[in-house]
Amino acid sequence: MCLGIPGRVISIYDADGVRMGKVDFDGIVKEVCLEYVPEVQVGDYTIVHVGFAITRVDEASAQETLRLFREMAMLEEELNPEEHAETRVPPTCPLPPSAHHEVP
Amino acid sequence: MKYLDEFRDGALAQRLAAEIHQLTTRPWRIMEVCGGQTHSIIRNGIDQLLPPTIELIHGPGCPVCVTPLETIDTALAIAALPNVTFCSFGDMLRVPGSQRDLFSVRSQGGDVRIVYSPMDAVRIARENPQREVVFFAIGFETTAPATAMAVLTAKRLGLRNFSMLVAHVLVPPAIEAILNAPGNRVQAFLAAGHVCSVMGYWQYVPIAERYGVPIVVTGFEPLDILEGIRRAVRLLEAGEARVENAYARAVTFEGNRAAQQVLAEVFEPCDRAWRGLGVIPQSGWRLRAPYRDFDAQHRFAIGELHVQESPICRSGEVLQGKIKPNQCPAFGTLCTPRTPLGATMVSSEGACAAYYNYGRMALPETAAVPSRDERGDDHARLA
Ligand code: SF4
Repeated sequence: MCLGIPGRVISIYDADGVRMGKVDFDGIVKEVCLEYVPEVQVGDYTIVHVGFAITRVDEASAQETLRLFREMAMLEEELNPEEHAETRVPPTCPLPPSAHHEVP
Repeated sequence: MKYLDEFRDGALAQRLAAEIHQLTTRPWRIMEVCGGQTHSIIRNGIDQLLPPTIELIHGPGCPVCVTPLETIDTALAIAALPNVTFCSFGDMLRVPGSQRDLFSVRSQGGDVRIVYSPMDAVRIARENPQREVVFFAIGFETTAPATAMAVLTAKRLGLRNFSMLVAHVLVPPAIEAILNAPGNRVQAFLAAGHVCSVMGYWQYVPIAERYGVPIVVTGFEPLDILEGIRRAVRLLEAGEARVENAYARAVTFEGNRAAQQVLAEVFEPCDRAWRGLGVIPQSGWRLRAPYRDFDAQHRFAIGELHVQESPICRSGEVLQGKIKPNQCPAFGTLCTPRTPLGATMVSSEGACAAYYNYGRMALPETAAVPSRDERGDDHARLA
């Protein structure tokens, strides 16, 4: 849960008075609260922690971080935790989630 | 140095490691505060690239690991109530309470849901006005801005069925507690990068001065961590107790002002118990009076809980850097990620789990570290 993941802001809108946006994490798009990064614009990269953008980052370092997460197969699991809850056996296993599908 | 080729820039990693070797003339003990950094260090074998005289002490920076047993039991009691939908980050579900964990509450019919963000819990509360929706708010200063915004949003929407069990913890008081502990062995700190993205690093300047310890704000990637260690060693060797920022691409001195404002509006500091460490003064955040209605502890009268830690588990000593996980007699035998006795084995950011998952079965001196290819098999055998 403690990972901060960089992603690219692809849209910004107002939802019930809160500045929200869609952020693309290497192909996985999530709704993210942008209230804490008023300077961030569409196209910018930002580090997102539990659904909240906390700081801006440059594209090169964002891409590098995403590459590492991809290698560790951690992106899907972090961003769609409920879908992976049951397949995550044991929860700390470094193998990719796909390696666990047969595990009861 | 078998892990060097796994770094993005092997040559740069090699240069950093070589420079650390060159700089080091004496033994030094450096604590990485954040569990994400512990995970990265063990996964990438960073500790094994260092001169043998440099010891990395794994700090209490995993929020799952330091949430006290009382709080877990309170969560379990609330989650089991018939009208409650209990929302939590996934890591908390397997953390053992005195009797059971959240997964078993769920398999016994409790409505326990894993959410990615506290805002998901607010949405669930809005869509299910007949249910009491409770969010388990754990985490450091990185997570608290999200929970604070969830409370503000719930208040603005007038939600009367949303509350939070708040167990937020703060890094600077924990660093001071470690430095004040009798027999402290830590001589320098790598401060957690994203905590500083939110809070800045001005809070660490008086700590570095008062205790005479260097503190280096450090990121999470292997090269970031090597750079943090390099700077810490340089400061230690020069006898300079300063704060340096080795993660400037995501951290400024003053931090995220917008987030700090909302945090100050919603939370106030309070004394907080840390699992394995005891109560640390002013080391947590609780909801301020205007937001007390959203405090699950007030809303649900759970009463006094009497808890009993596993008598075998030594995670308190692990969290204080007094022993390494593989020096615990239960490590890898009685205690594994499938059968965790303590929270440090549950979370992937816990030191015990990191040692287990990356095959650190023997004592550090004799540790045989499997290569990447062997790791899959190794894991299957151990699991
Ligand atoms: S190995 Fe298990 S029993 Fe030992 S300290 Fe770690 S969590 Fe506790």
